[in-house]
Amino acid sequence: MAFMTITSPHAHGPMTTAKIMQLVVLATLPGVFVMTWFFGFGTLVNIAVAAIVSLSLEALMMKMRGRPASFYLKDYSALVTAVLLGIALPPGSPWWLIAVGAGSSIVLAKHLYGGMGYNPFNPAMVGYVILLISFPVEMTQWLTPRGAVEGAGLGPLEALRACFGGLDITVDGVTMATPLDVLKQNQALTMDALYQQPAFGDWAGAGWEWVNLAFLAGGLYLLYRRVYTWHAPIGMLIGLGLAAALFYRGDGSDSLGSPLFHWFSGATMLGAFFIVTDPVSSAVSNRGRLVFGFSIGVLIFLIRSWGNYPDAVAFSVLLLNFAAPFIDHYTQPRTYGHAKSGNAKRSSAQEKD
Amino acid sequence: MRQVFDIHGGVHPPENKDQSLQEPIRDAGLPKQLIVPLSQHIGAPATPIVEPGQRVLKGQKIADAKGFVSAPVHAPSSGTVISVQAHKVPHPSGMKAPCILIETDGKDEWVPCEGIEDFTQLSRQALLQTIREAGISGMGGAGFPSAVKLSVRDDKPIDTLIINGTECEPYITADHSLMRERAEDIVTGVRVLQHLIQPSEATLIGVEDNKPDAIEILQKACEGSSIEVVVFPTKYPSGGEKQLIQILTGREVPSGGLPADVGIVCQNVGTCAAIGDAVIRGRPLISRVTTVTGEACAQTRNYQTLIGTPVRFLLEQSGFDAKRCERLIMGGPMMGFSLPDIDVPIVKASNCVLAPAKTELPAPPPAQACIRCGLCAEACPATLLPQQMYWHARGQEFEKLEALNLFDCIECGACSYVCPSNIPLVQYYRAAKSDIREMQQEKIKAEHSKARFEARKARIEREEAEKEAKRKARAEAAKAKAAAAAAAKDTEANVDDKSAKADVVQAAIERAKAKKQAQSSEADRPASSPAPEAASGDAAADAIARAKAKRDAASQMSPQEKLEQNLASLKKRKANAEDKLKQAEEAGDEDKAEKLRSAVETAAEKIADTEQKLAALTAESPEAPERKAVEAEVEADPAAAAIAKAMAAREAAAKQSPAEKLKSDIEKLEKRVASTEQKLKAAQEEGSEHVEILQNSLSKQQDKLEQSREQLRAMGEDAS
Repeated sequence: MAFMTITSPHAHGPMTTAKIMQLVVLATLPGVFVMTWFFGFGTLVNIAVAAIVSLSLEALMMKMRGRPASFYLKDYSALVTAVLLGIALPPGSPWWLIAVGAGSSIVLAKHLYGGMGYNPFNPAMVGYVILLISFPVEMTQWLTPRGAVEGAGLGPLEALRACFGGLDITVDGVTMATPLDVLKQNQALTMDALYQQPAFGDWAGAGWEWVNLAFLAGGLYLLYRRVYTWHAPIGMLIGLGLAAALFYRGDGSDSLGSPLFHWFSGATMLGAFFIVTDPVSSAVSNRGRLVFGFSIGVLIFLIRSWGNYPDAVAFSVLLLNFAAPFIDHYTQPRTYGHAKSGNAKRSSAQEKD
Repeated sequence: MRQVFDIHGGVHPPENKDQSLQEPIRDAGLPKQLIVPLSQHIGAPATPIVEPGQRVLKGQKIADAKGFVSAPVHAPSSGTVISVQAHKVPHPSGMKAPCILIETDGKDEWVPCEGIEDFTQLSRQALLQTIREAGISGMGGAGFPSAVKLSVRDDKPIDTLIINGTECEPYITADHSLMRERAEDIVTGVRVLQHLIQPSEATLIGVEDNKPDAIEILQKACEGSSIEVVVFPTKYPSGGEKQLIQILTGREVPSGGLPADVGIVCQNVGTCAAIGDAVIRGRPLISRVTTVTGEACAQTRNYQTLIGTPVRFLLEQSGFDAKRCERLIMGGPMMGFSLPDIDVPIVKASNCVLAPAKTELPAPPPAQACIRCGLCAEACPATLLPQQMYWHARGQEFEKLEALNLFDCIECGACSYVCPSNIPLVQYYRAAKSDIREMQQEKIKAEHSKARFEARKARIEREEAEKEAKRKARAEAAKAKAAAAAAAKDTEANVDDKSAKADVVQAAIERAKAKKQAQSSEADRPASSPAPEAASGDAAADAIARAKAKRDAASQMSPQEKLEQNLASLKKRKANAEDKLKQAEEAGDEDKAEKLRSAVETAAEKIADTEQKLAALTAESPEAPERKAVEAEVEADPAAAAIAKAMAAREAAAKQSPAEKLKSDIEKLEKRVASTEQKLKAAQEEGSEHVEILQNSLSKQQDKLEQSREQLRAMGEDAS
């Protein structure tokens, strides 16, 4: 009788890649729900279109690469990319915009680099940035949130019509500037006066503060499930908060916004817990991820305050994706039984030379 | 309560220990045949000392340790040695290794054993010898000979003795049940170790908190002693030696070092019990507790098993259902290895036979891409970056792997366990480690052969250079001697004349260079026969360079060394000349023989001369450094002389017109023809066999002579 001969370990833990991806999708649900509440069904349509395009392209790419498509589709990674892109795009985006974004994410950012696990850049953010640069008008039309003026978001049918033609949402009244836009364009108003504007809510943007809170909740769930460690997201929030606090000029009209405002505006929480935490394109060690997240946070504040774009999560993440190998080089942890970390050892060896 | 430390990483796989803890340890019984491998430990295999057909008693030594890192092997029961042959052993490769096969007689008859109740009477050396002779090697899994591990060195004082009762691997309960049932034996063994090692600070037994019953019993057994039972939270792989040391003391064993480097000795509880047995009862290590567990076994429990018992024998007692079992594991599910079949023996390090059902430990699904999630880095107890190492292992980037401290990986399997993409990480590290080890071996080999090759090349070059320079020097030996004598006078007058002399040489070289240049520009002109001139100019320049090189080398050597070298080369030259002389005499070449004879004589003279000098120098050398310097100059001079001579020869060659040169050639040729004719005559008279050869050479010489004359005539016409 012959037994199977496999090397140890023979036991395996319960976690699988597919399960991790499912958990990530699951954790976006509170945020998606709140977004739908405030901005209507546009986000759901975005996600659906992005998912269909992404999964089809994923299957096509796998076929072209001569790999079993079903095996790879089952890892849910394409779905995660699609969901994140769908959330990031303005609700009521036209279908072709979504399709171009999803195509860029899956084909350009993922498979041209070798597919799952080999992409140096966050696929969803690559798709987003390509759209933002190519179609700035379409990409900056955010609907008026429920509760501000008479905005109530798009209904299911309106959302479909907006997506597939027949409804133009770019008319005034339906969309309005986001709080980050308003703050950026602000010349004369004090912060108190600013908060009286319809775009603002109780401590950040109207609607946005709740969206961010919901993504924060989803992120905390993922932390609890140990899908990732706290280093990258908390690092990013600290970086952003510190930078905002450092440049916070109180109530004046030249204020750049309080840490609280920055934490709960735009894509901060989505970025911190769903984008920055993408393991593939981030630094690898815990210390490295802390540096990675922190740098993204600082960069977000810099671009928000002095850059040309009102929000900056996508650019900051892509820039730090570039820097990830560099960060890795300097943050190798100290191994058991070694006095110094690998890198410190190398540099002291060089000094000796 | 003693402070315990946490280790980085670790995992919590399902423990599955209850299955085999329901029943007490049972004697596995006596199999018909025992298969006792000669290598059950790390180190050299033991040497058999029994013959087939010989009757052996239980506990009788049947194979002796070979070398320091080795352990003897004893007969686990009485019976007859069938053979010493290669048999399948528990090894991941399913390989065969030498084993002693014993047919048991059922009497289980012991050899007389003599223990010592009061082991404190024994010296350290005697205790170590007892442990060594009992064949005890680590019973926790690695199987390192215990006596070696316990041979502590005086320069590395031990402050803490750690006893490993952790048993962190799932399923295995051999140590757990041993602690439950034989705590007294363990404590006795620990006392022996305490006496042997004399730890200055503490003796700790480390046990995970998932064994409350064992902890209670151990604590009772340790009451009133200086042994402390330390309990810490359950986490795999806390039982790794390095990890346990960190948990109990906070110290880290340096990379590539041993626990003794941080003042610690670590032993497994099973080993302690065996040491107690060996010292108090005088019994060697011939049996151990082995867990048989897994859903494919109807009865799961611990057995007191004789070493050499076939796994088949154990499984048959346990109601093993082969149909339900896909793989059989020796050891635990994290670090154990799969057995190709069940006809292998239990050895000293076999703590568990795990026969899981197909659903219990399913075959791993195909690996997916690494998403660099970092769960592996979170789990790694050595704080490595497993996913980075995986990346480089796939790319075969061995330097980067070593920079990531691949060799600090303890192969605990925690990273593979948590990997959501089912990547067999540990397998990659094992393969990379063996590749690197192989490469290192090859590198060492390559370096050796490179050194060998370069040494040979240098030697050949040196010999060539020496030969060349000496040939020149020898040809003008008399002249060189004269010059040397003159120079010696000079240097005796003024020892510091060195620089002046160097200037002279330099000037000579420069002169030679200038002339050579002039000559080569002349050679560019269309001349009747420019080639020989240019060639001779080059040859002279070469000779100058060689002589100069030699002089430089010579001036760096001590006079004595130089003399010795000279002497050696002179002797060699003489021997060569003698050889040639013999050949020439045999060939009947009188002319050549004559020349060679004189050469041999000159050489003999020179040897005598040099030997005298050497003797004088050896006698004087300690008191006469100045003389030494002088002699060095003298010795350097032949080389200078060779330069001068080579220059002179070249000058002469340059002065000679082609016609003159031809004339002298013709004269020489005429002489040779005459001598050859004479020899031929003599040979014909004697009826020698050389006649034909001589006739041949004569006709050739005559042809050449005729050619040269014609050339001369043609040249004369040209000139006119």
